[in-house]
Amino acid sequence: MADVPLTPRAYLQAQSRWTPVEIAFWLATLLPFWLLPDYLSLASQVAITALFALSLDILLGYAGVVSLGHAAFFGIGAYTAGLFSKFVWGAPLPGLLVAAIVSAASGFVVSLIVARFRHFTLIMLTLGIGLLMQEIANRAHWLTGGSDGLQGISINKVLGAFNFDLYGYTAYGYSLAVLFILFLCARRIVHSPFGLALRGIRENWTRMPAIGAPSRAHVRMAFTIAAAMAGIAGALLTQTTQSAALESISFGRSADVLVMLVLGGAGRLYGGLIGAAIFMVARDQFSGIAPQYWYFWIGLLLIGVVMFLPNGILGGLSALAARWRKS
Amino acid sequence: MLPPIFGVLFDGIAYGMLLFVLSVGLSVTLGLMNFVNLAHCAFAMVGGYVTVTLVNTYNWPFIATLPVAFIVTALISVVFERVFYRRLYRASDLDQVLLTIGLAFVSVAVAAYFFGTLQQPIPTPAFLRGSQQVLGLGLGNYRIFLIVTALIVTVLVVAGLEYTRFGAMVRAAVDNQRMASGLGINVDATFAITFAIGSGLAGLGGALAIEIVGLDPSFSFTYLVYVLIVVAVGGLGSIAGSFIAAMLIGISDIAGKYYFPELGAFLIYLVMIAVLLWKPSGLFGKR
Amino acid sequence: MEKVVTATPEIALSTRGLSKQFGSLAVTQDVTIDLPKGVRYALIGPNGAGKTTLINLITGMLKPDGGSILLGADDVTSLEPQQRVTRGLARTFQINTLFPSLNPLEAVTLAVAERRREAGEFWTSLSSHAESIEEAYGILARLKLGEVCYQPTRQLPYGRQRLLEIALALATRPKVLLLDEPAAGVPQEESGDIFEAVANLSNDLTLLFIEHDMHVVFRFASHIIVLVGGAIFTQGSPAEISADPRVREVYLGTRQHG
Repeated sequence: MADVPLTPRAYLQAQSRWTPVEIAFWLATLLPFWLLPDYLSLASQVAITALFALSLDILLGYAGVVSLGHAAFFGIGAYTAGLFSKFVWGAPLPGLLVAAIVSAASGFVVSLIVARFRHFTLIMLTLGIGLLMQEIANRAHWLTGGSDGLQGISINKVLGAFNFDLYGYTAYGYSLAVLFILFLCARRIVHSPFGLALRGIRENWTRMPAIGAPSRAHVRMAFTIAAAMAGIAGALLTQTTQSAALESISFGRSADVLVMLVLGGAGRLYGGLIGAAIFMVARDQFSGIAPQYWYFWIGLLLIGVVMFLPNGILGGLSALAARWRKS
Repeated sequence: MLPPIFGVLFDGIAYGMLLFVLSVGLSVTLGLMNFVNLAHCAFAMVGGYVTVTLVNTYNWPFIATLPVAFIVTALISVVFERVFYRRLYRASDLDQVLLTIGLAFVSVAVAAYFFGTLQQPIPTPAFLRGSQQVLGLGLGNYRIFLIVTALIVTVLVVAGLEYTRFGAMVRAAVDNQRMASGLGINVDATFAITFAIGSGLAGLGGALAIEIVGLDPSFSFTYLVYVLIVVAVGGLGSIAGSFIAAMLIGISDIAGKYYFPELGAFLIYLVMIAVLLWKPSGLFGKR
Repeated sequence: MEKVVTATPEIALSTRGLSKQFGSLAVTQDVTIDLPKGVRYALIGPNGAGKTTLINLITGMLKPDGGSILLGADDVTSLEPQQRVTRGLARTFQINTLFPSLNPLEAVTLAVAERRREAGEFWTSLSSHAESIEEAYGILARLKLGEVCYQPTRQLPYGRQRLLEIALALATRPKVLLLDEPAAGVPQEESGDIFEAVANLSNDLTLLFIEHDMHVVFRFASHIIVLVGGAIFTQGSPAEISADPRVREVYLGTRQHG
């Protein structure tokens, strides 16, 4: 406890204040421009994946809603951005906006179904809907290009000034800027009354109606927001790589993002970002090994995290820091 | 003379029977402990590889390997149950999902390391090859054998649950865990044994599946989806529900692939989502 | 049962022929009660009499098989639990049903924000909702939870957690409050504090509480309903109930079982 007793309002204000570590973290995200100019494409992939993990964190980390089909919205965003650039307009920012709207709308429709359920039924429904979307994208060859991917995407300059270059300067700058802006939004959300309500849902689903809370409406809103953010992440991937593939909507991507978030630590905003960075860099380093052996290590990691590190890396670090402060 | 639709129906029933043997164990353990076990098909795969090894390396007859597949899988599963699963009975669904997905990932890699990533064929015994002509339909011998075996398993499982003391304990624990332990039933041990038998049945299913769908390391995930759909549609903890759901999914999958090949796996996903929307706890579920 | 003819008291909560079956077991049978505004009713009965089930039916956590529930003059039988809360019907739980990793300030602020319909706002900062926060802190301070309000709920002593149960219910500004064994599991010397807190609640509040300790019941209740086997066995003033030999028999008879 603090030495000077805080007023309740000052206490809640302090909860949402920026810490030096946070500021240092965001400054560090600028370092790749100078230190790792050869890895900017990878860095932009990390930023995009981090945004995807952040979107799942709102749903899973804060509201406690487990989804095994979150890639559905990433994929919808990815294909929407691709189709928009191909048939309507190649400008990136309007593309992001359209992708956000379409994926938010799909998220809202799906939430009408899933917000009524918990536990096993919820897990099965999100898995089923995710697989269904994957199958639709696969079968709708005329629209999505099926397993060949969506061809003929061309993206204009960002803000009419920055061309997507070979080295990935624009790609990383653009992805990072979008990530940062949406991170600010996510940060606002989790420190809002709505964010508190989501934590209430996670902590005790039974109590919420007894304090007059419309939990299902809250979950629908959280699902819609998370879907919109996931869709923007997907759109970023399409725009920075100028392609959209089936992989973007696959079950594998849903499982991967879950792994990253849990590895980093769910319900902490930064957990998904850290987890995504570790996961993507490791996958890049081990890109030579066969996929099943890559998943062997992921599997071991998952078992280890569940058994020994229940709150992920960030949870472990904050427990260590607390112990260090005590002694 | 019967029209070909009966042939499709027959194949669908055989496939449904296979799905039932694969999934009944998961249904009971989910109903009993509410444990979301996504590694169930990894145990099925163990049974498959036991049979492959015994037939191909040690020249055992296929039929003789089936009980071994059941027993070895049951024994291995009970080790995992004691080491990993039991610690997470009270944990969140998320932790259970993560742990068991992790185990499934590892199982894929281990299988690939020892057996390679290719499909493992086994020579089918002569009497299971070929087919019988019944009213103009060619009914595969292996599928007839599969249906008979699955029916025997069904009868044994139902009889075991209905008429034995252990079965009564399992039913009581599925119904109301608190009351069961209040009555002096050791729910923990009951679960361990049920888990072993359920996984053993999955192992048997894995061995039976080699001839129908093949066996490779991706089995852990490919058939997990089918098994989960069967359990979700049938309702947790319900044997009758699993049986009917397995038939429904088996027939709709085969019929879908036969009549609407362009739909792919669409049909069964739609069946599952429709059933869950209509009855969230499955056709025969209580919760 | 005599009725005052001159001034019919305003009824805050009533049930009409409420019934519920679990399989073949009738857990609630034709329960009809009327709680006048501002009274303190105790609901007593042996274990398994269906007391908690009755609260679950009234609050909508269970759907009745028959009968209706009226809040004031409005039929609320078909409303969702949270809609009944919004109309002024709150409850506490026999087994702590709290938010383990939220602290009391956050939990009660959440309940206040839900009542003020601010909890859907994802664009404002929580700390800008000064009125809700002050109100929440006020409730906590009244229940002597002010000095622990920044500690995560799971770290609070059990007795404080029982008080937080009541604080969460009060934050919804109930007209009718149903307390399911508010002092369950609390040592006898502390249970006085909890009932003291309950007794200090406003006089307009209508209370229905389940309690096993008959001393507490006779001290705090103005009226007692005895439930046996899911049906109303008898009801009356504390004096009437304590004088009723049948109640003693029912109560002591089951007490011996355990």
